[in-house]
Amino acid sequence: MTSEKHNAAQTLEKAGPSKKTRFPYYPGCTLKTTAQNLEASALASAEVLGIELVELPRWNCCGVVSSLADDDLIHHVAPVRNLIRAQEMRAAGVVDGETRLVTLCSMCFNTLKRSNARVKESADDLKTINEFMYLEDDYDGGVDVVHFLEVLRDVGHERISEAVKAPLAGLKVAPYYGCTLLRPKEIGIDDPEAPTIQDDLLRALGAEPVDNPYKKVCCGSYQIVQNRDAVADLAYDILRHARIAGAEAMTTCCPLCAFNLDRSQREIGEKHPDHEPMPVLYITQLMALAFGLPPECMRFDLNYTNPKALLLSTSLAGEEA
Amino acid sequence: MNTSTGIMERIAQSTSSVTTGVDAADIKHWVTIYVMGRAYEVPADLTIMTAMEFAGYRLIRSCGCREGFCGACATVFRREGEYKLQSALACQTKVEDGMYLVQIPFTPAEKAVYDIGQEEYAYSVFNKHYPEVARCVSCNTCTKSCPQDLEVMDYVQAAIKGDFEALTEASFDCIQCGLCAMRCPAEIVQYHVAQLGRRMYGRYGSPTPGHLGERLAELKDGKFDEALDALVSATTEKLEELYAARERESDD
Amino acid sequence: MADKLVISTENEAFLARITELSGETITVCDQCGTCSGSCPMIAEMDVTPSQMIRMVQLGQREVLDSKTMWLCASCFACTVRCPRGLDVAKVAEALRQVTLRKAIDRINIRAIPADELAELPQIALVGALRKLTG
Repeated sequence: MTSEKHNAAQTLEKAGPSKKTRFPYYPGCTLKTTAQNLEASALASAEVLGIELVELPRWNCCGVVSSLADDDLIHHVAPVRNLIRAQEMRAAGVVDGETRLVTLCSMCFNTLKRSNARVKESADDLKTINEFMYLEDDYDGGVDVVHFLEVLRDVGHERISEAVKAPLAGLKVAPYYGCTLLRPKEIGIDDPEAPTIQDDLLRALGAEPVDNPYKKVCCGSYQIVQNRDAVADLAYDILRHARIAGAEAMTTCCPLCAFNLDRSQREIGEKHPDHEPMPVLYITQLMALAFGLPPECMRFDLNYTNPKALLLSTSLAGEEA
Repeated sequence: MNTSTGIMERIAQSTSSVTTGVDAADIKHWVTIYVMGRAYEVPADLTIMTAMEFAGYRLIRSCGCREGFCGACATVFRREGEYKLQSALACQTKVEDGMYLVQIPFTPAEKAVYDIGQEEYAYSVFNKHYPEVARCVSCNTCTKSCPQDLEVMDYVQAAIKGDFEALTEASFDCIQCGLCAMRCPAEIVQYHVAQLGRRMYGRYGSPTPGHLGERLAELKDGKFDEALDALVSATTEKLEELYAARERESDD
Repeated sequence: MADKLVISTENEAFLARITELSGETITVCDQCGTCSGSCPMIAEMDVTPSQMIRMVQLGQREVLDSKTMWLCASCFACTVRCPRGLDVAKVAEALRQVTLRKAIDRINIRAIPADELAELPQIALVGALRKLTG
């Protein structure tokens, strides 16, 4: 990990202010539709930091959530196919030899990284999968899957603060981590019990991160499809504890968490009259806001709980929500 | 040369020149194919379809336009000594020695009922009518099954991404033969998904041809009435003259 | 007189099957209950995660009738906290697979109202179908 961090820092340093560091980038289906606000804000913010996220050509759905059965290989085909795309991109010289594949969606990150780990650990499994996909080049195991937050961690607090034009003026934000970013331990990008990566980023942007014990409790994930009620109850607790701790907004990095916590608020309101609406934003939307980027980069229109009132009530007035 | 006198051979001999215009006595090169496990000696230059007819089959299913367009004659086969399953259109594919084949005349599939005018132009239209498309595991079996060499997996993925234009482009030449749907482990009916996508794109996404609207307006205004009347009332000789002198691309 | 639990060869076979599918040594569980305490979906469950593990340890196929593994959100809170290092989420997956591999779906996609389906982001539908259909 240390040498990886060192290399990353070196890469970014070499890039300098004029030359952009290019990463292969895997969007995932939802970022092209209901989570365009995550993509737009992340890509634009990355540009400000001299990072270009270059979308993989011909990528396919990663197939969340990772298959956990030991004998199952077919469900690893989709993620490995994407790793081959990253490999092809590197071989074509598009990303200056970058071996890391960047994801924005926490669930895609988890699924891709788990499949990558599986085939890296088992040469037999890799061989079987490569032979099954005989129409593709063989995957050589040379791609590393990272989440955008890890890239930002390598960029560092200082450089991010320097890029801030409109500090978030002590906005009290509860960073919500969910599960797939942190668990299991071999895959997670931070301590699953006491993560700080979003908190640190929020500080660099001028906001005040608000800790609360529910920041790593699952939002219910795909149970939203058959168990809307249960998800509404979970979301109620998660949002309530953030509010109790003093938060005015919540940030996340996963389109499913965003949907479950944001969209469910109308159902929560019906079931729990004491629920107060809380804006749920992608952390990259706050980053774009802090970087002074234009409204089309933030796409607040796609957020279900309108954050306009909140943002106007702070000294961020003047930034169109 | 075929000299046995079994019943199938006699039928084949009696019908061969009628159904295929091929006289057994003229054939130099023969191959053996297996239709549903039974062996037949057929002329090497025939298509699977005409070879089956030469062998005595009268096709009332899995047979249509004979031009590679209707998708009726979907066929799957294996080559001798190979484990891979191949797909083909019987009317377009030449027989090979040792070909072990069967036809798939029908694929059971339910088409969703929708009113295109009432649907939102977004990926959600697939959630609503074909939610099973989210089961796709990108295994590429559909692509491997396609006798038209289409990138079926790519167009299914385009549907999942809500990219109607890419879906339309990639699925345009689909003849709905059904082989992809029969083999799909996720039990998706790819061509139904594609049809919905193309209809949505045609209705909401594809650019309206402005020149068509202009021409229709001109017609309504009567701009071409005189020229049309002249054509309608022209003699045969005049028409021949006009035809020979018509503006067209050079033959060079 | 106390009820007697007899472990038959069928019970042993079931434990073996779940062990094989999950790749986990299910007998390490000492029933501390940490997984249950961490589970976000426990309020909906008929059998707690630790009870589910216990039933598997005893090879009781009846565990397949419970709602527990179907309510699992694959959040891995149980896995990261288990003091014996048991990947509880993988055991839940193995229990689901026993049913799903018989081409028996847990959810009926067609029964979900069209407007609910239309609103779901793909990530939700893909995840649900992956874990709850066979």
